[in-house]
Parts: sequence; C-alpha cells; structure tokens
Amino acid sequence: MKIAAIVPAYNEEKAITDVVNDILQTAQSQNLSITVIVVNDCSKDTTSEIISKLNCIALNLPVNLGIGGAVQTGFKYAFDNGFDYAIQIDGDGQHPASEIPKLIFAIHEKDVDVVIGSRFISKEGFQSSLARRMGINYFKWLNRILVGVTVNDSTSGFRLINNKTLEIVSNYYPDEYPEPEAIILYSLNKLKIGEVAVQMKERQGGVSSIGFAASVYYMFKVTLAIIYTFIRIKFKK
Amino acid sequence: MEKIQIIAIAISILFLLYIVRLIIKGKLREEYSIVWIVCTIVLVLFSFWRKGLDVVSALIGIYSPPNLVFTAAIFVIFIYLLHLSVVVSKLQSQNKQLAQDIALLKEKIDQSKK
Repeated sequence: MKIAAIVPAYNEEKAITDVVNDILQTAQSQNLSITVIVVNDCSKDTTSEIISKLNCIALNLPVNLGIGGAVQTGFKYAFDNGFDYAIQIDGDGQHPASEIPKLIFAIHEKDVDVVIGSRFISKEGFQSSLARRMGINYFKWLNRILVGVTVNDSTSGFRLINNKTLEIVSNYYPDEYPEPEAIILYSLNKLKIGEVAVQMKERQGGVSSIGFAASVYYMFKVTLAIIYTFIRIKFKK
Repeated sequence: MEKIQIIAIAISILFLLYIVRLIIKGKLREEYSIVWIVCTIVLVLFSFWRKGLDVVSALIGIYSPPNLVFTAAIFVIFIYLLHLSVVVSKLQSQNKQLAQDIALLKEKIDQSKK
C-alpha cells in the first residue's frame, strides 16, 4: 500500500521541515509506506533549498499557481507513479501528522473513496474563528442542497483519497479555494465521502491564504464555482 | 468635402495602416486583428459617407445619430472584452498545465541524476 503525502508549500521556510519530519516519523512508528511530496508553489523565500535537503520528493513550480494548482501537481505525480492513496497535508503545520493513521483507518473501515479530516465532529483542538465557522456552515448547507452530502468541515484540506479519486483530480481540480468545490466534484463523480474527527493546530508559520478582506470574495467565488461545477458535471452526462 | 471629414478619413486610414503593420511584424495575431480591421473599415466608410449615420439611425429608429455611435461602440467593446476574457482564461489554464508539467519533468531529471 503506497501512500503519497502531498504538502503544498508557499513561503513555508519556518514550518516545512517539522511538517515533513513529523510525517516521516509517524510513517516509521506506524509502519506505513508514506512518500512525502512537497509542492513548492514558487515560494519567494528559501523553501526550495530547504525541501531539496529533506527526505522527500520536491516538486518546484516555475510560476505561482495557487493552492489548487499546487495540490493538483502532487496528485498528478502520485497518479503517474502508481500510488494507492494520496493524503493532502498543509505546509503550515495545521494538520498534525499523528492524525494520519485515523484517516487511513477510516477509509478502510467505512469503505469510501475520500476521507475528510474534520475538526468539528469531536470539537477538540483548534476550532477556527467564528466568522470562518459560519462560512463553513454555509457550505455544509449548500452541499447538502446540491448533492445531498453532509460534510461538516468542507474547507478542511486534510484529506485522504484513493487511486480512483486520484485519476479524477489529476484531470480536473479547481484552482482557487478548491476544498469546498472538490466535494461537489467528488460526489457528482459518484465517489463516496467519509468524514473522521481529527484535531487541528493553529498554523505554525505563514499566513492564511484567506485574509479577512478576502472572505466576502471567497464566499462569492466558491458559491459560483460550486454551482458551475454542479451544472457542468450534471448536464455533461 | 469638409475639414472634419478629411481629418476623420486620414485618422481612420492611419489606424488601419498601423494595424496592418502590427500584423506584418508579428505583434498582433491574425485572429485578434479581424475585429480591429472590421471596426476601422466601418470608420473609413462613415467618414466618406457622411449621410450614412443619419440614414442608419433613421432606419432603426434612433432620433439622435450620435447615440447610435455610442450604443454601437459600447456594444462592440463589451463583446470584445468578453472575448479577451475567454482568451485569458484559456491562456491561464494552458499556463497551469505547462507549469505542472515542468515541475514534474524537473523532478524526473533530478531523480535520474542521483
């Protein structure tokens, strides 16, 4: 069972070493075959030099593509190299590597194609700000109406996907703010989605990809993107 | 022929020549030049045919001929801007694909060196 841990990184020189080493440590102690793939999204700091010295596959993008394009590069690598599973872990240290086994256990036990690590099921660990939680509830409601799937934490980037899903996302993956939109993509492609409770930490370094001023744009853009994806896939068949 | 008519004709023809020059030098691709050539030809046409504006306005029921100019111009500009947005979107998705392929290939080269 080959597992790819995809870590998108943009200006993460402070946090990236710990993130990669934590994953490798967890893999060793749990006896899992995990290959770490760091996708450097054209960082302006020393991220590229740091990751070249770490025990990981380093993918350096020549131009900045944003989170969706960066993660998709990792998906493409994982699919081309025949990985069975891919797990997405943010480069800023929000997703503790110690929670990875929970996701792997859940994908087998629940027999699903995608497992999303949710911080809201057990209400433990870092819970995010009120405004952000309200936004997340809105997406939960939107997903339920459009595709009838309830995901408590649709903005969570902490996800495990299987090979079947990898094939779909290496062909198409949303660019900006891809997480909520990807849920629609998965369910319209008849993939089964499961959710498991995980604890998250506050970011160790870097700044959120979503500033306060950008959140209104975020809601609008994601809503539009979700509806477009819905129409596009629904009426293609 | 009035003075303003001569100025209009001269400017329109200069504009047309400039577009042709851009195409010849390879700075403007043919597919994007079509709209510019058509627009300039319309400009030249109406510079010669002064009554034309009044005739067309009367034909579609616009009382004040200058309004026809503004309406038509804004409409054409909107359509062309939309076309450019489509072009930019296409370029962006191609650019993304190229960047991803470069990153994957660079990694492959690094691996084979080791």
